Amino acid sequence: MREFDIVIVGGGPAGMAAAVSAREQGMENIVIFERDNELGGILNQCIHNGFGLHTFKEELTGPEYAERYAEKVRDMNIPYETETMVLDISKERVVTILSRNRGVEEIRAKAVILAMGCRERPRGALNIPGFRPQGVYTAGTAQKLVNCEGYVPGKEVVILGSGDIGLIMARRMTLEGAHVAAVAELMPYSSGLKRNIVQCLDDFGIPLLLSHTVVDIKGKEKLEGVVIAEVDSTNTTIAGTEQFYPCDTLLLSCGLIPENELSKNCGVGIDPRTNGPIVDEGLETDIDGVFACGNVLHVHDLVDFVSEEAARAGESAAAFVKRGCAPDSTSAIKIVPKNGVRYTVPAEIHTADLLGDVHIRFRVTGVYKDCSIVIKAGDDELVRRKSRILVPSEMLDIIIKKEKLESVSCDITVEIEEV
Amino acid sequence: MYDVIIIGGGVTGCAAAAELAKYELGICVIEKESDVCEGTSKANSAIVHAGFDAEPGTLKAKLNVRGNAMIRELYKKLDFAFKQNGAMVLCFDEAQLPDLEKLLEKGKKNGVEGLEIITGDEARASEPNLSADVKYALYAPTSGIVCPFEMTLAFAENAFENGAEFKLSTMVTGIEKMSGGYKVITDKGEFETRAIFNCAGVYADDISEMVAEKRFTITPRKGEYMLMDRDAGSTVSHTIFQLPTKMGKGILVTPTVHGNLLVGPTAENIDDKENTATTASGIAEVKAKGSLSVEGLPFNKVITSFTGLRAVGDTHDFIIEEAATNFFNAAGIESPGLTSAPAIAEMLRELLSNNTDLKIKENYKATRKGLVHFAELDRKSQNALIKENPAYGNIVCRCETITEGEIIDAINRPLGATTLDGVKRRTRAGMGRCQAGFCSPKTILLLSEKLGCGIGDIKKNGRQEVCEDA
Repeated sequence: MREFDIVIVGGGPAGMAAAVSAREQGMENIVIFERDNELGGILNQCIHNGFGLHTFKEELTGPEYAERYAEKVRDMNIPYETETMVLDISKERVVTILSRNRGVEEIRAKAVILAMGCRERPRGALNIPGFRPQGVYTAGTAQKLVNCEGYVPGKEVVILGSGDIGLIMARRMTLEGAHVAAVAELMPYSSGLKRNIVQCLDDFGIPLLLSHTVVDIKGKEKLEGVVIAEVDSTNTTIAGTEQFYPCDTLLLSCGLIPENELSKNCGVGIDPRTNGPIVDEGLETDIDGVFACGNVLHVHDLVDFVSEEAARAGESAAAFVKRGCAPDSTSAIKIVPKNGVRYTVPAEIHTADLLGDVHIRFRVTGVYKDCSIVIKAGDDELVRRKSRILVPSEMLDIIIKKEKLESVSCDITVEIEEV
Repeated sequence: MYDVIIIGGGVTGCAAAAELAKYELGICVIEKESDVCEGTSKANSAIVHAGFDAEPGTLKAKLNVRGNAMIRELYKKLDFAFKQNGAMVLCFDEAQLPDLEKLLEKGKKNGVEGLEIITGDEARASEPNLSADVKYALYAPTSGIVCPFEMTLAFAENAFENGAEFKLSTMVTGIEKMSGGYKVITDKGEFETRAIFNCAGVYADDISEMVAEKRFTITPRKGEYMLMDRDAGSTVSHTIFQLPTKMGKGILVTPTVHGNLLVGPTAENIDDKENTATTASGIAEVKAKGSLSVEGLPFNKVITSFTGLRAVGDTHDFIIEEAATNFFNAAGIESPGLTSAPAIAEMLRELLSNNTDLKIKENYKATRKGLVHFAELDRKSQNALIKENPAYGNIVCRCETITEGEIIDAINRPLGATTLDGVKRRTRAGMGRCQAGFCSPKTILLLSEKLGCGIGDIKKNGRQEVCEDA
């Protein structure tokens, strides 16, 4: 049985950054398993720019950003095995993998870093009534077809959901010669980044219909059109607002779901709010020696944040291996999301085992203007930060100093205070 | 000249083809779609009913019980997924107990084995998620669940291996009587035959009227379903019915043979024989009525919804008859049609044998080997398979753990897949929680490579024609 100090599941941005960081911490015997035929993950199909402003202080395309990390992986001689699927991870960190060359193989790992990314919410999960014709794609699937296979699936397009991939695909389809009639968004605000709305919709005159959704899909064999209607504050269709949009392509950008089937089978506790593992400040799950980072942990909007987070996971996993794979020395204190905060990552902190300052990442539940982010331990205010506007589409990142946390012994709350 | 042309490649037509292919007969199945199992057979509850529901003395009663017994043996010979998981019919009111008892009596008259009425507590003891309102249940141990695609394909492939021809993407537009038989006119030419089996599902009335006077009407009855993630598959282990009404067996909750959870169907008579759209009201009804039986159904785990059309005849029973000399109808095959399919096939063969001498084929193959399902093999067999063919070491569909080897097999085997849906129904690639988001580009490339078409020519479903030589 092959044995590794750290096995990294997934060779996308999270997996690569975790591997690089673990190697920087002196971990020699590590490996990345990637199911696709090259490193890079979904970045390989994101040929637009806008990546790397935080990490590299320059604007890169997805493949360029991926290549920066792939280069590091190769330069550091970090082993990676592509076209290799991880089938199972046991609590004892026996990892079962499948590949053409080696067949089904069990290997042993001292630590495992989960970096499997996420998947798109499919049409079926959205309960949109109507037929099931050809021409309905998730935005990412269409992106793969257009950017990697050179196949543009249609000419007249409607997009449901204003997630970033949907917005990016509105621009891509337009540049490929298609006409994008509208982007419908169920919520009264977009779930995509402001810059994407400006650069992908406004610049091309594509209307964004907030508080609108698709209520019917027409065409038995091939998509013939969709009916879009306005919804009220309870997301109920407002009668009389239905409008038919003829189209041959419907793209869905209605949310991303962390791919945690492996984690669940391993027994990792999942937070129902993020659909990702419950982790501590070192991004360790409730299974000793199993760490998580990137979109499998919670869905990010910037890859730069993924890389930074994954580096911390790599560092923690290395520390775990170095200290002899012993569990955390103290019980954890909880971080409790309160007013206006949907979730936090981490969800708990082991104050005695801190490797450094702690990042608390979270999203707000709605749009908040002129407010403050307040982080407290009991009545003791650890952080107060004013903000002009907070939106659910932007992940927030607050750093709490190690020194401030070491003395905390009660649960920590994170909330939005409105003025 | 064929001996028998079978019109319709659904489960009835394919079962009939498999039955006739045992004999020295020239057989041809004509199907308007580009694949078998494209109509009613692909979108139903996938239940092998025990047989307590039909009125004693009807064909439905007789063929259901016979079909149930046959499928419990056939699945081994023809290698399709089947599980005898048992069923319960729930009653929520003391006052309904007599209705449940009537069902029990009907079942006994129909010859269903093992039926008994159990209390709500007994039912909940084996199904902890059942509603607290359940007072009694009829327990039917012979009820089962099956993969309807696999079963139909198993019949079709077995028939094909025994010499039956299949003309896909071929629509029957007329039938003319001629000396010694019939001329079947299609959009792909004319074919002569001594006898015809009409297994045309919701179109069986139209086909029948091409030969005989109007004998019956088929009304499509819409049934909408919701399918949930494997995560929810163990919510119940039995098939859970509610007391039936005039419109059918009501909304059921059942595990599928592949481990998902299925809730549905609604029942609405419609006019349009192609209207397989789901509706907001239908989805709402499935949710509301399903929740009566089982508490806390996880509707946030729905991965897809779909609609099937039952072919409901106005005689309230299966119509299996010789409508004109050597023109046989198998019409009105609504529930329990899937269960009854092999028994209907037997009955059609018996009817044919009144006019035709049937001789068993010498080298008839009674068994059929299905696709290898990699994920279901043990470790040793998996590695042996990969050594022989490394394509089995490459996962294409991550949600259902389907390998490239399986997809290539699905495309290359007899009556192979030519569409994304064809691959899906043979392998389950794309049937999981991401609903083909990740695997469809890869499957499209494999189809394009194996069929020699461009990516743009690869279609999702069987209603469109793909490369002719496929």
